[in-house]
Amino acid sequence: MAATDTLAPPASAPPAPKPVTSSRDRLRHWVLGIWSVLALLYLFIPVFIVVLFSFNDNRGRFNFTWEGFTLRHWAHPFADADLAKAMTNSIEIALIATVIATLLGTFMAVALVRYNFRGRAGIDFFVFMPLSTPEVVLGAALLAMFLTLNINTGFVTIVIAHVMFTLSYVVVTVKARLEGMDRHIEEASMDLGATEWVTFRKVTLPMIAPGVAAAAMLAAAISFDDYVITSFNAGQTQTFPLFIFGATRQGVPAEVNVLATMLLLAVLVLMGLNVLVQRALARRDAVRTSA
Amino acid sequence: MSLRTRRRLVPWLFLAPALLWLLLFFAYPLLNQASVSLMTGDPENGYTLTWAFHTYWDAISQYKVQFGRSILYAGIATALCLIIAFPLAYFTAFHAGRFRNLILLLIILPFFMSFVLRTVAWQLILADDGRVVSILRSIGVLGSDGRLLASGVAVVAGITYNFLPFMALPLYVALEKIDRRLLEAATDLYASRATAFRKVTLPLALPGIFAGSLLTFIPACGDFINAALLGTPRQYMIGNVIQSKFLNILDYPTAAALSFTLMLFILIGILLYARLLGARNLTEAAI
Repeated sequence: MAATDTLAPPASAPPAPKPVTSSRDRLRHWVLGIWSVLALLYLFIPVFIVVLFSFNDNRGRFNFTWEGFTLRHWAHPFADADLAKAMTNSIEIALIATVIATLLGTFMAVALVRYNFRGRAGIDFFVFMPLSTPEVVLGAALLAMFLTLNINTGFVTIVIAHVMFTLSYVVVTVKARLEGMDRHIEEASMDLGATEWVTFRKVTLPMIAPGVAAAAMLAAAISFDDYVITSFNAGQTQTFPLFIFGATRQGVPAEVNVLATMLLLAVLVLMGLNVLVQRALARRDAVRTSA
Repeated sequence: MSLRTRRRLVPWLFLAPALLWLLLFFAYPLLNQASVSLMTGDPENGYTLTWAFHTYWDAISQYKVQFGRSILYAGIATALCLIIAFPLAYFTAFHAGRFRNLILLLIILPFFMSFVLRTVAWQLILADDGRVVSILRSIGVLGSDGRLLASGVAVVAGITYNFLPFMALPLYVALEKIDRRLLEAATDLYASRATAFRKVTLPLALPGIFAGSLLTFIPACGDFINAALLGTPRQYMIGNVIQSKFLNILDYPTAAALSFTLMLFILIGILLYARLLGARNLTEAAI
Protein backbone atom coordinates (compact mmCIF):
# COMPACT_ATOMS: atom_id res chain seq x y z
CA MET A 1 0.00 0.00 0.00
CA ALA A 2 2.74 2.42 1.04
CA ALA A 3 4.65 1.70 -2.17
CA THR A 4 1.75 2.73 -4.39
CA ASP A 5 1.22 5.84 -2.32
CA THR A 6 4.70 7.14 -3.06
CA LEU A 7 4.35 6.13 -6.70
CA ALA A 8 1.12 8.06 -7.13
CA PRO A 9 1.52 10.75 -9.82
CA PRO A 10 1.85 14.26 -8.43
CA ALA A 11 -1.20 15.31 -10.46
CA SER A 12 -3.46 13.54 -7.98
CA ALA A 13 -2.17 15.59 -5.07
CA PRO A 14 -5.05 17.55 -3.57
CA PRO A 15 -5.05 21.16 -4.73
CA ALA A 16 -4.25 23.64 -2.03
CA PRO A 17 -7.46 25.50 -1.18
CA LYS A 18 -7.01 29.09 -2.22
CA PRO A 19 -8.94 31.54 -0.12
CA VAL A 20 -11.28 33.71 -2.13
CA THR A 21 -9.63 37.08 -1.85
CA SER A 22 -10.61 39.99 -4.02
CA SER A 23 -14.18 41.20 -4.37
CA ARG A 24 -13.94 40.56 -8.11
CA ASP A 25 -13.20 36.91 -7.39
CA ARG A 26 -16.16 36.74 -5.06
CA LEU A 27 -18.41 38.30 -7.71
CA ARG A 28 -17.19 35.82 -10.32
CA HIS A 29 -17.87 32.99 -7.90
CA TRP A 30 -21.42 34.22 -7.28
CA VAL A 31 -22.21 34.74 -10.96
CA LEU A 32 -21.03 31.21 -11.75
CA GLY A 33 -23.03 29.81 -8.85
CA ILE A 34 -26.24 31.56 -9.84
CA TRP A 35 -25.76 30.53 -13.47
CA SER A 36 -25.35 26.90 -12.34
CA VAL A 37 -28.49 27.01 -10.22
CA LEU A 38 -30.45 28.41 -13.18
CA ALA A 39 -29.05 25.73 -15.50
CA LEU A 40 -30.07 23.00 -13.05
CA LEU A 41 -33.50 24.60 -12.73
CA TYR A 42 -33.85 24.45 -16.52
CA LEU A 43 -33.07 20.72 -16.33
CA PHE A 44 -35.64 20.18 -13.60
CA ILE A 45 -38.63 22.28 -14.69
CA PRO A 46 -40.16 19.51 -16.85
CA VAL A 47 -39.44 16.95 -14.12
CA PHE A 48 -41.37 19.06 -11.60
CA ILE A 49 -44.22 19.43 -14.08
CA VAL A 50 -44.43 15.67 -14.67
CA VAL A 51 -44.44 14.95 -10.92
CA LEU A 52 -46.96 17.71 -10.18
CA PHE A 53 -49.40 16.57 -12.87
CA SER A 54 -49.37 13.01 -11.50
CA PHE A 55 -51.53 14.57 -8.73
CA ASN A 56 -53.79 16.52 -11.09
CA ASP A 57 -57.53 15.94 -10.75
CA ASN A 58 -58.11 16.24 -14.50
CA ARG A 59 -61.63 15.64 -15.85
CA GLY A 60 -61.15 14.53 -19.45
CA ARG A 61 -58.30 12.62 -21.06
CA PHE A 62 -56.15 15.73 -21.30
CA ASN A 63 -53.77 16.44 -18.47
CA PHE A 64 -52.69 19.93 -19.51
CA THR A 65 -54.25 22.32 -16.99
CA TRP A 66 -54.18 22.13 -13.21
CA GLU A 67 -57.61 21.25 -11.84
CA GLY A 68 -56.92 20.37 -8.22
CA PHE A 69 -55.08 17.81 -6.13
CA THR A 70 -55.95 14.13 -6.11
CA LEU A 71 -54.29 10.84 -5.24
CA ARG A 72 -56.59 8.84 -7.48
CA HIS A 73 -54.00 8.23 -10.22
CA TRP A 74 -51.58 6.98 -7.60
CA ALA A 75 -54.20 4.49 -6.33
CA HIS A 76 -54.37 2.59 -9.64
CA PRO A 77 -51.19 3.25 -11.65
CA PHE A 78 -51.63 0.06 -13.66
CA ALA A 79 -55.35 0.57 -14.39
CA ASP A 80 -54.68 0.99 -18.13
CA ALA A 81 -53.92 -2.52 -19.42
CA ASP A 82 -52.04 -1.26 -22.49
CA LEU A 83 -49.87 0.98 -20.32
CA ALA A 84 -49.14 -1.88 -17.91
CA LYS A 85 -48.20 -4.14 -20.83
CA ALA A 86 -45.94 -1.44 -22.33
CA MET A 87 -44.25 -0.98 -18.96
CA THR A 88 -43.58 -4.70 -18.45
CA ASN A 89 -42.30 -4.97 -22.05
CA SER A 90 -39.89 -2.10 -21.42
CA ILE A 91 -38.61 -3.62 -18.19
CA GLU A 92 -38.17 -7.07 -19.76
CA ILE A 93 -36.42 -5.68 -22.82
CA ALA A 94 -34.11 -3.53 -20.69
CA LEU A 95 -33.20 -6.49 -18.46
CA ILE A 96 -32.50 -8.94 -21.30
CA ALA A 97 -30.63 -6.40 -23.44
CA THR A 98 -28.57 -5.25 -20.44
CA VAL A 99 -27.49 -8.77 -19.51
CA ILE A 100 -26.42 -9.61 -23.08
CA ALA A 101 -24.76 -6.25 -23.79
CA THR A 102 -22.89 -6.18 -20.46
CA LEU A 103 -21.63 -9.73 -20.93
CA LEU A 104 -20.44 -9.24 -24.53
CA GLY A 105 -19.18 -5.71 -23.94
CA THR A 106 -17.12 -6.58 -20.86
CA PHE A 107 -15.28 -9.37 -22.67
CA MET A 108 -14.65 -7.09 -25.61
CA ALA A 109 -13.31 -4.31 -23.37
CA VAL A 110 -10.93 -6.75 -21.64
CA ALA A 111 -9.63 -7.95 -25.01
CA LEU A 112 -9.15 -4.38 -26.26
CA VAL A 113 -7.28 -3.12 -23.21
CA ARG A 114 -5.39 -6.18 -21.97
CA TYR A 115 -4.15 -7.73 -25.22
CA ASN A 116 -2.01 -6.53 -28.05
CA PHE A 117 -3.08 -7.96 -31.35
CA ARG A 118 -3.25 -7.01 -34.96
CA GLY A 119 -6.38 -5.04 -35.85
CA ARG A 120 -6.96 -3.66 -32.37
CA ALA A 121 -7.04 -0.03 -33.48
CA GLY A 122 -9.49 -0.94 -36.24
CA ILE A 123 -11.84 -2.67 -33.82
CA ASP A 124 -11.54 0.23 -31.39
CA PHE A 125 -12.76 2.54 -34.13
CA PHE A 126 -15.46 0.11 -35.27
CA VAL A 127 -16.92 -0.07 -31.75
CA PHE A 128 -16.98 3.71 -31.57
CA MET A 129 -18.92 4.02 -34.85
CA PRO A 130 -22.43 3.19 -33.55
CA LEU A 131 -21.97 5.99 -31.00
CA SER A 132 -21.25 8.53 -33.72
CA THR A 133 -24.15 7.47 -35.93
CA PRO A 134 -27.52 9.17 -35.43
CA GLU A 135 -30.12 6.87 -33.96
CA VAL A 136 -32.49 7.36 -36.92
CA VAL A 137 -29.83 5.90 -39.19
CA LEU A 138 -29.22 2.92 -36.89
CA GLY A 139 -32.92 2.21 -36.52
CA ALA A 140 -33.70 2.64 -40.19
CA ALA A 141 -30.80 0.45 -41.33
CA LEU A 142 -31.81 -2.33 -38.98
CA LEU A 143 -35.44 -2.17 -40.10
CA ALA A 144 -34.35 -2.26 -43.76
CA MET A 145 -32.41 -5.46 -43.02
CA PHE A 146 -35.32 -7.09 -41.20
CA LEU A 147 -37.57 -6.20 -44.13
CA THR A 148 -35.12 -7.54 -46.69
CA LEU A 149 -34.76 -10.81 -44.78
CA ASN A 150 -38.54 -11.03 -44.19
CA ILE A 151 -38.13 -11.04 -40.41
CA ASN A 152 -41.19 -9.84 -38.49
CA THR A 153 -40.37 -7.01 -36.12
CA GLY A 154 -41.41 -7.28 -32.48
CA PHE A 155 -40.05 -8.04 -29.01
CA VAL A 156 -37.01 -10.00 -30.27
CA THR A 157 -35.97 -7.41 -32.84
CA ILE A 158 -36.22 -4.67 -30.20
CA VAL A 159 -33.87 -6.67 -27.95
CA ILE A 160 -31.44 -7.20 -30.86
CA ALA A 161 -31.44 -3.46 -31.60
CA HIS A 162 -30.99 -2.47 -27.97
CA VAL A 163 -28.05 -4.84 -27.47
CA MET A 164 -26.45 -3.42 -30.62
CA PHE A 165 -26.52 0.21 -29.52
CA THR A 166 -25.91 -0.26 -25.78
CA LEU A 167 -22.92 -2.54 -26.47
CA SER A 168 -20.65 0.35 -27.43
CA TYR A 169 -21.56 2.26 -24.26
CA VAL A 170 -20.66 -0.80 -22.18
CA VAL A 171 -17.32 -1.25 -23.97
CA VAL A 172 -16.40 2.43 -23.51
CA THR A 173 -17.34 2.43 -19.80
CA VAL A 174 -15.57 -0.83 -18.89
CA LYS A 175 -12.52 0.18 -20.94
CA ALA A 176 -12.22 3.40 -18.96
CA ARG A 177 -12.16 1.38 -15.74
CA LEU A 178 -9.62 -1.14 -17.11
CA GLU A 179 -7.28 1.57 -18.34
CA GLY A 180 -7.00 3.00 -14.86
CA MET A 181 -5.96 -0.36 -13.39
CA ASP A 182 -2.58 -1.84 -12.53
CA ARG A 183 -1.99 -4.69 -15.00
CA HIS A 184 0.90 -6.13 -13.01
CA ILE A 185 -1.58 -7.87 -10.73
CA GLU A 186 -2.87 -9.89 -13.67
CA GLU A 187 0.65 -10.61 -14.87
CA ALA A 188 1.52 -11.85 -11.40
CA SER A 189 -1.48 -14.18 -11.49
CA MET A 190 -0.38 -15.63 -14.84
CA ASP A 191 3.23 -15.92 -13.68
CA LEU A 192 1.96 -17.98 -10.79
CA GLY A 193 0.48 -20.42 -13.29
CA ALA A 194 -3.14 -19.31 -13.58
CA THR A 195 -4.66 -19.63 -17.06
CA GLU A 196 -6.19 -16.63 -18.83
CA TRP A 197 -9.64 -17.75 -17.85
CA VAL A 198 -8.81 -18.22 -14.15
CA THR A 199 -7.00 -14.87 -14.15
CA PHE A 200 -9.99 -13.20 -15.73
CA ARG A 201 -12.44 -14.74 -13.29
CA LYS A 202 -10.43 -14.37 -10.08
CA VAL A 203 -8.42 -11.21 -10.69
CA THR A 204 -9.70 -9.03 -13.52
CA LEU A 205 -13.43 -9.40 -12.96
CA PRO A 206 -13.46 -8.51 -9.24
CA MET A 207 -11.31 -5.46 -9.96
CA ILE A 208 -13.49 -4.13 -12.78
CA ALA A 209 -16.78 -4.99 -11.05
CA PRO A 210 -17.69 -1.35 -10.27
CA GLY A 211 -17.08 -0.40 -13.91
CA VAL A 212 -19.20 -3.32 -15.10
CA ALA A 213 -21.99 -2.34 -12.71
CA ALA A 214 -21.89 1.25 -13.96
CA ALA A 215 -21.97 0.03 -17.56
CA ALA A 216 -24.96 -2.20 -16.84
CA MET A 217 -26.82 0.70 -15.19
CA LEU A 218 -26.10 2.90 -18.18
CA ALA A 219 -27.19 0.22 -20.65
CA ALA A 220 -30.43 -0.39 -18.75
CA ALA A 221 -31.22 3.33 -18.55
CA ILE A 222 -30.56 3.89 -22.27
CA SER A 223 -32.52 0.81 -23.30
CA PHE A 224 -35.49 1.63 -21.10
CA ASP A 225 -35.74 5.20 -22.37
CA ASP A 226 -35.10 4.59 -26.06
CA TYR A 227 -37.72 5.84 -28.46
CA VAL A 228 -36.04 6.39 -31.84
CA ILE A 229 -34.48 2.99 -32.59
CA THR A 230 -37.36 1.16 -30.94
CA SER A 231 -39.95 2.99 -33.06
CA PHE A 232 -38.39 1.46 -36.16
CA ASN A 233 -38.06 -2.09 -34.89
CA ALA A 234 -41.07 -2.57 -32.61
CA GLY A 235 -43.71 -3.87 -35.01
CA GLN A 236 -46.90 -4.18 -32.94
CA THR A 237 -45.03 -4.37 -29.63
CA GLN A 238 -45.48 -1.42 -27.27
CA THR A 239 -42.84 -0.06 -24.92
CA PHE A 240 -43.18 2.68 -22.30
CA PRO A 241 -41.69 5.48 -24.49
CA LEU A 242 -43.68 4.30 -27.54
CA PHE A 243 -46.87 4.30 -25.47
CA ILE A 244 -46.26 7.88 -24.28
CA PHE A 245 -45.49 9.15 -27.77
CA GLY A 246 -48.53 7.38 -29.18
CA ALA A 247 -50.70 8.85 -26.42
CA THR A 248 -49.67 12.47 -27.06
CA ARG A 249 -52.42 12.92 -29.65
CA GLN A 250 -55.30 11.94 -27.37
CA GLY A 251 -53.62 13.19 -24.20
CA VAL A 252 -51.13 11.31 -22.06
CA PRO A 253 -52.97 9.64 -19.13
CA ALA A 254 -51.87 10.82 -15.68
CA GLU A 255 -50.97 7.22 -14.80
CA VAL A 256 -47.93 7.69 -17.04
CA ASN A 257 -46.81 10.57 -14.80
CA VAL A 258 -47.31 8.35 -11.76
CA LEU A 259 -45.18 5.53 -13.20
CA ALA A 260 -42.45 7.94 -14.30
CA THR A 261 -42.37 9.52 -10.83
CA MET A 262 -42.25 6.11 -9.17
CA LEU A 263 -39.32 5.16 -11.37
CA LEU A 264 -37.46 8.34 -10.49
CA LEU A 265 -38.03 7.66 -6.79
CA ALA A 266 -36.80 4.07 -7.20
CA VAL A 267 -33.60 5.34 -8.85
CA LEU A 268 -33.09 7.85 -6.04
CA VAL A 269 -33.52 5.12 -3.41
CA LEU A 270 -31.06 2.87 -5.28
CA MET A 271 -28.54 5.71 -5.50
CA GLY A 272 -28.92 6.40 -1.77
CA LEU A 273 -28.41 2.71 -0.95
CA ASN A 274 -25.36 2.66 -3.20
CA VAL A 275 -23.81 5.58 -1.31
CA LEU A 276 -24.46 3.84 2.01
CA VAL A 277 -22.94 0.54 0.80
CA GLN A 278 -19.88 2.33 -0.62
CA ARG A 279 -19.38 4.14 2.70
CA ALA A 280 -19.67 0.88 4.65
CA LEU A 281 -17.17 -0.82 2.32
CA ALA A 282 -14.73 2.09 2.59
CA ARG A 283 -14.97 1.96 6.39
CA ARG A 284 -14.35 -1.81 6.35
CA ASP A 285 -11.31 -1.39 4.10
CA ALA A 286 -9.97 1.37 6.31
CA VAL A 287 -10.28 -0.91 9.34
CA ARG A 288 -8.55 -3.74 7.46
CA THR A 289 -5.60 -1.70 6.26
CA SER A 290 -4.99 -0.17 9.65
CA ALA A 291 -5.15 -3.58 11.34
CA MET B 1 -2.03 -26.18 -28.74
CA SER B 2 1.10 -24.34 -27.72
CA LEU B 3 0.94 -21.60 -25.14
CA ARG B 4 1.92 -19.06 -27.77
CA THR B 5 -0.93 -19.78 -30.15
CA ARG B 6 -3.31 -19.98 -27.23
CA ARG B 7 -2.22 -16.57 -26.01
CA ARG B 8 -2.77 -15.22 -29.51
CA LEU B 9 -6.23 -16.72 -29.76
CA VAL B 10 -7.53 -15.53 -26.41
CA PRO B 11 -8.26 -11.91 -27.34
CA TRP B 12 -10.24 -13.07 -30.38
CA LEU B 13 -12.26 -15.47 -28.24
CA PHE B 14 -13.06 -12.58 -25.91
CA LEU B 15 -13.94 -10.33 -28.84
CA ALA B 16 -15.86 -12.74 -31.03
CA PRO B 17 -19.40 -12.56 -29.56
CA ALA B 18 -19.59 -8.75 -29.38
CA LEU B 19 -17.85 -8.32 -32.72
CA LEU B 20 -20.23 -10.77 -34.36
CA TRP B 21 -23.22 -8.90 -32.92
CA LEU B 22 -21.96 -5.57 -34.25
CA LEU B 23 -21.11 -7.04 -37.66
CA LEU B 24 -24.54 -8.67 -37.99
CA PHE B 25 -26.70 -5.88 -36.59
CA PHE B 26 -24.66 -2.74 -37.26
CA ALA B 27 -22.26 -3.21 -40.20
CA TYR B 28 -24.38 -5.53 -42.31
CA PRO B 29 -27.56 -3.39 -41.99
CA LEU B 30 -25.60 -0.35 -43.17
CA LEU B 31 -24.31 -2.26 -46.22
CA ASN B 32 -27.80 -3.56 -46.85
CA GLN B 33 -29.10 -0.03 -46.58
CA ALA B 34 -26.59 1.10 -49.16
CA SER B 35 -28.04 -1.43 -51.58
CA VAL B 36 -31.63 -0.47 -50.67
CA SER B 37 -30.83 3.17 -51.42
CA LEU B 38 -29.96 2.16 -55.00
CA MET B 39 -33.16 0.22 -55.60
CA THR B 40 -36.24 1.29 -57.55
CA GLY B 41 -39.79 0.07 -57.38
CA ASP B 42 -42.90 0.73 -55.32
CA PRO B 43 -44.37 -0.52 -52.03
CA GLU B 44 -46.85 -2.91 -53.71
CA ASN B 45 -44.53 -4.75 -56.07
CA GLY B 46 -41.36 -4.52 -54.01
CA TYR B 47 -38.02 -2.97 -54.81
CA THR B 48 -35.18 -4.30 -56.95
CA LEU B 49 -31.56 -3.19 -57.17
CA THR B 50 -31.08 -1.04 -60.28
CA TRP B 51 -28.09 1.05 -59.16
CA ALA B 52 -30.31 4.12 -59.22
CA PHE B 53 -27.86 6.74 -58.03
CA HIS B 54 -30.31 9.46 -59.03
CA THR B 55 -32.31 8.67 -55.87
CA TYR B 56 -29.63 10.49 -53.89
CA TRP B 57 -29.81 13.56 -56.06
CA ASP B 58 -33.63 13.57 -56.04
CA ALA B 59 -33.80 13.04 -52.28
CA ILE B 60 -31.28 15.76 -51.47
CA SER B 61 -32.81 18.35 -53.77
CA GLN B 62 -36.31 17.54 -52.55
CA TYR B 63 -35.41 17.70 -48.85
CA LYS B 64 -32.58 20.21 -48.79
CA VAL B 65 -34.70 22.51 -46.62
CA GLN B 66 -35.07 19.84 -43.93
CA PHE B 67 -31.36 19.03 -44.17
CA GLY B 68 -30.44 22.67 -43.76
CA ARG B 69 -32.90 23.04 -40.88
CA SER B 70 -31.49 19.97 -39.08
CA ILE B 71 -27.96 21.33 -39.27
CA LEU B 72 -29.10 24.83 -38.28
CA TYR B 73 -31.22 23.70 -35.31
CA ALA B 74 -28.60 21.20 -34.14
CA GLY B 75 -25.85 23.82 -34.52
CA ILE B 76 -27.74 26.47 -32.54
CA ALA B 77 -28.69 23.94 -29.87
CA THR B 78 -25.07 22.76 -29.57
CA ALA B 79 -23.85 26.35 -29.18
CA LEU B 80 -26.54 27.06 -26.56
CA CYS B 81 -25.65 23.87 -24.69
CA LEU B 82 -22.01 24.96 -24.62
CA ILE B 83 -22.93 28.44 -23.34
CA ILE B 84 -25.22 27.04 -20.63
CA ALA B 85 -23.07 24.05 -19.66
CA PHE B 86 -19.59 25.57 -19.57
CA PRO B 87 -20.13 27.81 -16.53
CA LEU B 88 -22.04 24.99 -14.85
CA ALA B 89 -19.22 22.49 -15.46
CA TYR B 90 -16.62 25.10 -14.47
CA PHE B 91 -18.40 25.91 -11.23
CA THR B 92 -18.82 22.20 -10.45
CA ALA B 93 -15.16 21.41 -11.12
CA PHE B 94 -13.56 24.41 -9.41
CA HIS B 95 -15.90 25.99 -6.87
CA ALA B 96 -18.58 23.52 -5.85
CA GLY B 97 -16.64 22.01 -2.94
CA ARG B 98 -18.76 19.52 -1.04
CA PHE B 99 -21.74 20.13 -3.35
CA ARG B 100 -19.85 18.69 -6.33
CA ASN B 101 -21.33 15.20 -6.19
CA LEU B 102 -24.79 16.58 -5.55
CA ILE B 103 -24.60 18.78 -8.66
CA LEU B 104 -23.39 15.86 -10.77
CA LEU B 105 -26.27 13.75 -9.46
CA LEU B 106 -28.71 16.53 -10.33
CA ILE B 107 -27.32 16.76 -13.87
CA ILE B 108 -27.84 13.02 -14.39
CA LEU B 109 -31.13 12.61 -12.55
CA PRO B 110 -33.53 13.93 -15.25
CA PHE B 111 -32.27 11.08 -17.47
CA PHE B 112 -34.21 8.71 -15.28
CA MET B 113 -37.48 10.28 -16.26
CA SER B 114 -38.64 9.32 -19.73
CA PHE B 115 -37.25 11.68 -22.35
CA VAL B 116 -40.46 11.62 -24.39
CA LEU B 117 -42.47 12.49 -21.28
CA ARG B 118 -40.21 15.43 -20.39
CA THR B 119 -40.62 16.72 -23.94
CA VAL B 120 -44.39 16.41 -23.55
CA ALA B 121 -44.02 18.49 -20.37
CA TRP B 122 -42.39 21.24 -22.46
CA GLN B 123 -45.54 21.24 -24.63
CA LEU B 124 -47.46 22.13 -21.51
CA ILE B 125 -44.98 24.78 -20.36
CA LEU B 126 -44.82 26.53 -23.73
CA ALA B 127 -48.54 26.19 -24.52
CA ASP B 128 -50.41 29.25 -25.81
CA ASP B 129 -52.52 29.55 -22.65
CA GLY B 130 -49.55 28.80 -20.39
CA ARG B 131 -47.86 31.13 -17.97
CA VAL B 132 -44.61 31.56 -19.93
CA VAL B 133 -46.37 32.80 -23.05
CA SER B 134 -48.63 35.18 -21.10
CA ILE B 135 -45.64 36.69 -19.26
CA LEU B 136 -43.66 37.09 -22.46
CA ARG B 137 -46.71 38.71 -24.10
CA SER B 138 -47.25 41.14 -21.24
CA ILE B 139 -43.63 42.32 -21.25
CA GLY B 140 -43.73 42.64 -25.01
CA VAL B 141 -41.16 40.01 -25.97
CA LEU B 142 -43.92 38.23 -27.85
CA GLY B 143 -46.65 40.01 -29.78
CA SER B 144 -50.24 39.80 -28.48
CA ASP B 145 -50.83 36.74 -30.65
CA GLY B 146 -47.22 35.52 -30.55
CA ARG B 147 -46.65 31.92 -29.59
CA LEU B 148 -43.82 29.66 -28.52
CA LEU B 149 -45.19 26.21 -29.16
CA ALA B 150 -45.16 25.09 -32.78
CA SER B 151 -42.23 27.37 -33.58
CA GLY B 152 -38.55 26.93 -34.33
CA VAL B 153 -37.75 28.48 -30.94
CA ALA B 154 -39.62 25.70 -29.14
CA VAL B 155 -37.89 22.97 -31.15
CA VAL B 156 -34.43 24.44 -30.54
CA ALA B 157 -35.22 24.93 -26.83
CA GLY B 158 -36.37 21.32 -26.62
CA ILE B 159 -33.24 19.99 -28.32
CA THR B 160 -31.03 22.17 -26.11
CA TYR B 161 -32.85 20.87 -23.07
CA ASN B 162 -32.65 17.22 -24.06
CA PHE B 163 -28.93 17.16 -24.83
CA LEU B 164 -27.61 19.56 -22.17
CA PRO B 165 -26.28 16.79 -19.87
CA PHE B 166 -24.37 15.28 -22.81
CA MET B 167 -22.49 18.58 -23.03
CA ALA B 168 -22.12 19.21 -19.30
CA LEU B 169 -20.60 15.85 -18.32
CA PRO B 170 -17.65 15.69 -20.77
CA LEU B 171 -16.92 19.36 -20.03
CA TYR B 172 -16.85 18.60 -16.32
CA VAL B 173 -14.53 15.59 -16.84
CA ALA B 174 -12.09 17.69 -18.88
CA LEU B 175 -12.12 20.66 -16.47
CA GLU B 176 -11.82 18.48 -13.39
CA LYS B 177 -8.65 16.86 -14.78
CA ILE B 178 -6.83 20.20 -15.06
CA ASP B 179 -3.91 20.42 -12.65
CA ARG B 180 -4.62 23.50 -10.51
CA ARG B 181 -0.90 24.16 -10.16
CA LEU B 182 -0.78 25.08 -13.85
CA LEU B 183 -3.21 27.91 -13.14
CA GLU B 184 -1.23 28.98 -10.10
CA ALA B 185 1.92 28.94 -12.20
CA ALA B 186 0.22 31.15 -14.78
CA THR B 187 -0.84 33.72 -12.19
CA ASP B 188 2.58 33.52 -10.50
CA LEU B 189 4.05 34.44 -13.87
CA TYR B 190 1.87 37.56 -13.87
CA ALA B 191 -0.84 36.31 -16.24
CA SER B 192 -4.19 37.96 -15.55
CA ARG B 193 -7.19 35.75 -14.70
CA ALA B 194 -8.47 36.20 -18.24
CA THR B 195 -5.13 35.30 -19.83
CA ALA B 196 -4.74 32.25 -17.60
CA PHE B 197 -8.24 31.14 -18.61
CA ARG B 198 -7.58 31.71 -22.30
CA LYS B 199 -4.09 30.18 -22.39
CA VAL B 200 -4.40 27.36 -19.84
CA THR B 201 -7.97 26.41 -18.96
CA LEU B 202 -9.53 26.70 -22.40
CA PRO B 203 -6.89 24.65 -24.32
CA LEU B 204 -7.02 21.95 -21.66
CA ALA B 205 -10.82 21.92 -21.80
CA LEU B 206 -10.82 21.45 -25.60
CA PRO B 207 -11.20 17.65 -25.50
CA GLY B 208 -14.28 18.13 -23.34
CA ILE B 209 -15.68 20.77 -25.67
CA PHE B 210 -15.04 18.48 -28.62
CA ALA B 211 -16.59 15.39 -27.03
CA GLY B 212 -19.55 17.38 -25.66
CA SER B 213 -20.26 19.05 -28.99
CA LEU B 214 -20.25 15.73 -30.83
CA LEU B 215 -22.43 14.05 -28.20
CA THR B 216 -24.89 16.93 -28.59
CA PHE B 217 -24.69 17.65 -32.31
CA ILE B 218 -24.89 14.10 -33.67
CA PRO B 219 -28.08 13.02 -31.90
CA ALA B 220 -29.56 16.50 -32.36
CA CYS B 221 -29.07 16.28 -36.14
CA GLY B 222 -31.03 13.03 -36.34
CA ASP B 223 -33.62 13.95 -33.73
CA PHE B 224 -37.27 14.02 -34.71
CA ILE B 225 -39.08 13.87 -31.39
CA ASN B 226 -38.64 17.55 -30.53
CA ALA B 227 -39.80 18.66 -33.96
CA ALA B 228 -42.74 16.23 -33.83
CA LEU B 229 -43.89 17.23 -30.33
CA LEU B 230 -42.92 20.92 -30.13
CA GLY B 231 -43.06 21.92 -33.80
CA THR B 232 -45.28 21.60 -36.84
CA PRO B 233 -44.45 20.17 -40.27
CA ARG B 234 -42.94 23.59 -40.97
CA GLN B 235 -40.27 22.82 -38.34
CA TYR B 236 -39.69 19.21 -39.41
CA MET B 237 -36.12 18.05 -39.55
CA ILE B 238 -34.53 15.35 -41.68
CA GLY B 239 -35.18 12.75 -38.97
CA ASN B 240 -38.91 13.33 -39.35
CA VAL B 241 -38.66 12.80 -43.11
CA ILE B 242 -36.62 9.59 -42.76
CA GLN B 243 -39.02 8.25 -40.17
CA SER B 244 -42.18 8.94 -42.15
CA LYS B 245 -40.65 7.67 -45.42
CA PHE B 246 -39.73 4.43 -43.68
CA LEU B 247 -42.75 3.81 -41.48
CA ASN B 248 -45.67 5.55 -43.22
CA ILE B 249 -44.92 6.03 -46.92
CA LEU B 250 -42.79 2.87 -47.25
CA ASP B 251 -40.48 4.61 -49.72
CA TYR B 252 -37.41 2.68 -48.56
CA PRO B 253 -34.89 3.77 -51.22
CA THR B 254 -35.44 7.49 -50.54
CA ALA B 255 -35.33 6.94 -46.77
CA ALA B 256 -32.11 4.92 -47.10
CA ALA B 257 -30.52 7.54 -49.36
CA LEU B 258 -31.47 10.30 -46.91
CA SER B 259 -30.02 8.48 -43.92
CA PHE B 260 -26.79 7.85 -45.79
CA THR B 261 -26.53 11.46 -46.75
CA LEU B 262 -27.12 12.44 -43.12
CA MET B 263 -24.32 10.10 -42.02
CA LEU B 264 -22.01 11.60 -44.62
CA PHE B 265 -22.85 15.17 -43.54
CA ILE B 266 -22.09 14.31 -39.95
CA LEU B 267 -18.84 12.55 -40.82
CA ILE B 268 -17.65 15.58 -42.79
CA GLY B 269 -18.79 17.81 -39.95
CA ILE B 270 -16.79 15.82 -37.39
CA LEU B 271 -13.66 15.94 -39.55
CA LEU B 272 -13.95 19.70 -40.12
CA TYR B 273 -14.59 20.32 -36.45
CA ALA B 274 -11.63 18.17 -35.40
CA ARG B 275 -9.50 20.12 -37.89
CA LEU B 276 -10.76 23.40 -36.50
CA LEU B 277 -9.93 22.53 -32.90
CA GLY B 278 -6.67 20.86 -33.90
CA ALA B 279 -6.89 17.09 -33.94
CA ARG B 280 -3.32 16.65 -32.69
CA ASN B 281 -4.06 18.81 -29.70
CA LEU B 282 -7.10 16.69 -28.98
CA THR B 283 -5.51 13.27 -29.11
CA GLU B 284 -2.58 14.47 -27.02
CA ALA B 285 -4.82 16.02 -24.42
CA ALA B 286 -7.06 12.97 -24.37
CA ILE B 287 -4.11 10.81 -23.30
